[in-house]
Amino acid sequence: MAKRTPLYDAHVADDAKLVDFAGWDMPIDYGSQIAEHKAVRESAGMFDVSHMAVVDITGSESRAFLRRLLANDVAKIDEDGRALYTCMLNTRGGVIDDLIVYHLAGEHYRIVVNAATTEKDLAWLDSQARDFQVDIQHRQDLAIIAVQGPRGRDLAASVLDEDFAAAAMQLKPFRCASDGDRSVGRTGYTGEDGFELVLPADEAVSAWKKLRDTGVAPVGLGARDTLRLEAGLNLYGQDMDEDRTPLESGLAWTVAFKPAEREFVGRDALEHMREQGVGEKLVGLVLEGRGVMRSHSAVRAADSSVEEKQAEGEVTSGSYAPTLSRSIALARVPADWQARVEVCLRGKWQPARIVAYPFVRNGKSRIDD
Amino acid sequence: MRIARISCKGSPMSEIPKDLSYTKTHEWIDYDGDGTCTVGITDYAQSSLGDLVFVELPETGTKVGAGDAVAVVESVKAASDIYAPLDGEIAEINEQLEDSPELVNEDPFGEGWLFKINVSDPDAVENLLDADTYEGIVEDEED
Repeated sequence: MAKRTPLYDAHVADDAKLVDFAGWDMPIDYGSQIAEHKAVRESAGMFDVSHMAVVDITGSESRAFLRRLLANDVAKIDEDGRALYTCMLNTRGGVIDDLIVYHLAGEHYRIVVNAATTEKDLAWLDSQARDFQVDIQHRQDLAIIAVQGPRGRDLAASVLDEDFAAAAMQLKPFRCASDGDRSVGRTGYTGEDGFELVLPADEAVSAWKKLRDTGVAPVGLGARDTLRLEAGLNLYGQDMDEDRTPLESGLAWTVAFKPAEREFVGRDALEHMREQGVGEKLVGLVLEGRGVMRSHSAVRAADSSVEEKQAEGEVTSGSYAPTLSRSIALARVPADWQARVEVCLRGKWQPARIVAYPFVRNGKSRIDD
Repeated sequence: MRIARISCKGSPMSEIPKDLSYTKTHEWIDYDGDGTCTVGITDYAQSSLGDLVFVELPETGTKVGAGDAVAVVESVKAASDIYAPLDGEIAEINEQLEDSPELVNEDPFGEGWLFKINVSDPDAVENLLDADTYEGIVEDEED
């Protein structure tokens, strides 16, 4: 049987359409994916992301361990209460997972990893931790609620304990605070301002109910996907995987090559690739006409005559962008491609153009018509 | 005809009007008794597809055969072919859907109709599924 988060009953009570997601029964929508998307862009929405795993890392060598484990450098968040987005790589430089690491205090770090990769990640953490004095705990007693949107922080703070709420409202972007087992980060996956709250399961249930009562719309995984795509944020398993390095997946900015003496897992492979040259890149696409680009749609250079099977590019994530009323995508293409391409949709080549992403930030389109 | 999405706690039920005919591919057909059928997709179909964002309809005057893919409805999640339920010629299309595809979600059996066919063999209407048979198909798919 599929696993259920502590908020499962709340989803059922809200008539959520539930689907299996990485072995979890999760809400895909609560009636209208587009309405939920717009609630987050215009007001506030909340997501149950308790299927993702919270892992606490403590011990005298936690910092040294994470500096070895992660491609970004936790030395950037030495100050308590800072958060960092990073990839966790294998020795070939492929991405095992992407995650946010929160430096809660002192030797206590908290990472949040993807649901589909949890078992693999835990096994990797365990294997890499052998030479370090660290304690790794998968916190299955905790739930995660993301509250996102222009009104998200205010409404979220209104349901938290007074002191915790005050600490949360002080946070700058990519900062975090904690109170016992609870933590709050000013982070998210939507391109909007907001909080990600980690709470004990019973508190999460009551917080969800209070948020609902203050007018925060529940939002399913369907809208989570269109929101993150508009925000130009990669999805693990689609836009990156173990066979691609961050350099090929639009994530070079998350790799800390300096200082040169930090030997993180995957460093040698990335340096080798940098010297040899990176052959492919991840780009943003906007479809010129009607239709919707989908994962695995073939992409070819404009005005070429290659067949679908010989196309050198591929859409990694594609959808309809509710904020832009047209289709957008992330696609993997040869590194020298510029400007114009064609995408194979239902057997026909349709014109699209390469654009810089994010496509949307803080509710506003960043794409020219 | 205005039909709301009816649901009870935890198990959304779809509406299946008794006076229409159906196909196993989730089109509904309203025969006017005088040679013309109106065709749309069922409540179950729109609910499964989710929010529609584009609808591609055939040209008026196009000759169609039963089972031909003649239209496409595309939602945020997926694109789906719509099949002609009967032989005939496209008599009219719902031009409102070009700008307002959401009508199919909001009112699948009314404002969200797709096209009308002048059928070449009115007797073939008898071969379509009735509401009870279609309901059985939906129940099987939901399991």
